[in-house]
Amino acid sequence: MKKFGKVGAVLVTLGALSAVALAGGPVDQQLVIDGEIEMITRTEAPDGHPLDEVISGWHYRTGETRALEADTFENPGMLFVEQGEAAWNKIEGTEGKSCASCHGDASESMAGIGAQYPKWDADSGKPINVELQINKCRTENMGAEPLPFDKGGQKELTAYIKHQSLGTPVSIDLDAGDMQSWWKKGEEVYYTRTGQLNLSCASCHEQNNGNYIRADHLSQGNINGFPTYRLKQGALVSVHNRFRGCIRDTRAEFPAAFSDELMALEVYVTWRGSGLSVETPGVRQ
Amino acid sequence: MANAKPRVKVPKSASAGDIITIKTLISHKMESGQRKDKEGNVIPRSIINKFECSFNGQPVFSCDIDPAVSANPYLEFTAKVTEAGTFTFKWTDDDGSIYEQSKDIALK
Amino acid sequence: MKLSRRSVLSLSSGAALALVGFNSKQAFANAEDTMKAVMEFAGGVEPADGPLSLDAPEIAENGNTVPVSVSVESPMTEDDYVQSVAIFAEGNPSPDVITFNFTPMSGEASATTRMRLAKTQNVVAVAKTSTGAVFMDKKEVKVTIGGCGG
Repeated sequence: MKKFGKVGAVLVTLGALSAVALAGGPVDQQLVIDGEIEMITRTEAPDGHPLDEVISGWHYRTGETRALEADTFENPGMLFVEQGEAAWNKIEGTEGKSCASCHGDASESMAGIGAQYPKWDADSGKPINVELQINKCRTENMGAEPLPFDKGGQKELTAYIKHQSLGTPVSIDLDAGDMQSWWKKGEEVYYTRTGQLNLSCASCHEQNNGNYIRADHLSQGNINGFPTYRLKQGALVSVHNRFRGCIRDTRAEFPAAFSDELMALEVYVTWRGSGLSVETPGVRQ
Repeated sequence: MANAKPRVKVPKSASAGDIITIKTLISHKMESGQRKDKEGNVIPRSIINKFECSFNGQPVFSCDIDPAVSANPYLEFTAKVTEAGTFTFKWTDDDGSIYEQSKDIALK
Repeated sequence: MKLSRRSVLSLSSGAALALVGFNSKQAFANAEDTMKAVMEFAGGVEPADGPLSLDAPEIAENGNTVPVSVSVESPMTEDDYVQSVAIFAEGNPSPDVITFNFTPMSGEASATTRMRLAKTQNVVAVAKTSTGAVFMDKKEVKVTIGGCGG
């Protein structure tokens, strides 16, 4: 267990204090959505992955939470996916266009697309995620203002687009452009300890997944369910919001959403979940 | 809340005498009136306080809702189907707004 | 790392509670207030054990969204049906959670919703029938506090 030191020991102690800390590991169950869509929630890790098996965060949640995601009616995240559909069809900007004006029926044009993001964007010479792709379309094709982070329907529209890939395995192209160096930078961010608590992403999600941090059952931190419905907020939560939240919880200064640092992290963490089905909107604690 | 939008799930058909399950979900923040903002001011209560379901004009089920119900309120209940007709659903907001939905059911 | 384990725990549990939809620095209802609310709902009739079952998880993953179901065995006829079932939470700022009102057209006296629980506490369900019977069921739900951020 590389990079597992004093803080790891503290985590274990904190876990042991909790009443429910004794059970561990992911739950052995299959996620089938609406009794129809068989989801890949455990799969062999890609080459070069530090773990043998990639496991969706769904397996680390309680039976009640898992059941919410398995039913698209009961999943409260679907309320926001429906709002995203309305946003998809809404005409905005000087060109008098909506997303649908160019892309038509999202269930066809966007099928499987969300599973391939982040992607290389040659124009900016950087990786681009769904949120920034929406903004690029808005400014370049619709003549509309870019959506500010987490506002103006960004989470809902992103969730709607990613939901069109429900069940499709996450697969990003690391050979395009300069994706390799962004992957490398993301790996660096992942293993860098931050904050007063001196934790890296890996401290919890690699070295301690399956253990408890107080009463929280730590998952591998895969992001195939994002934007995800969190019971805590009672709302959709975006990937960059969750990244920032996690870094904040280590009591560190946290980078801006869509900053190079977090875009690199998104590339790397998405890759760590390669092969898992897109679950958007997932349901988490 | 302008964007409160209900979802309702009712079977499309049933046999006379069947007891069916109805599920409803509506987007609403259900602000409890118990929280304070960053400046320490109480955030005013804003919830859906009542839900009613009728079938062909007759009351089937209703509930009185308090701030302890979670955001995006979910309700699941049953109804006995005796004839074909229309279920109507009505949510009442603290601000006086009413959100409505209806679903038809046929007899098998 | 200057923070002791104790200070980490207390700091973060404060943060966690404040986020559960309710404010942490306020009076909570208690068993006595809840019984008062129960008796008011029951119209003064002492609730008995009966064919009412309250279902909620033993451990809630997050206090903001806790599934809860009630179900009463009843013929649900015009002469004998369950009129209402109320749910109370002893450890919330106010004990009231929800009141389900049934009719014979409900077919069954069963309903499910999702509730907020500010902390580990007893949840109480009380059913009132058209014949004047009052039943009660009670269950403790443990509310866990999340990881470092609550």
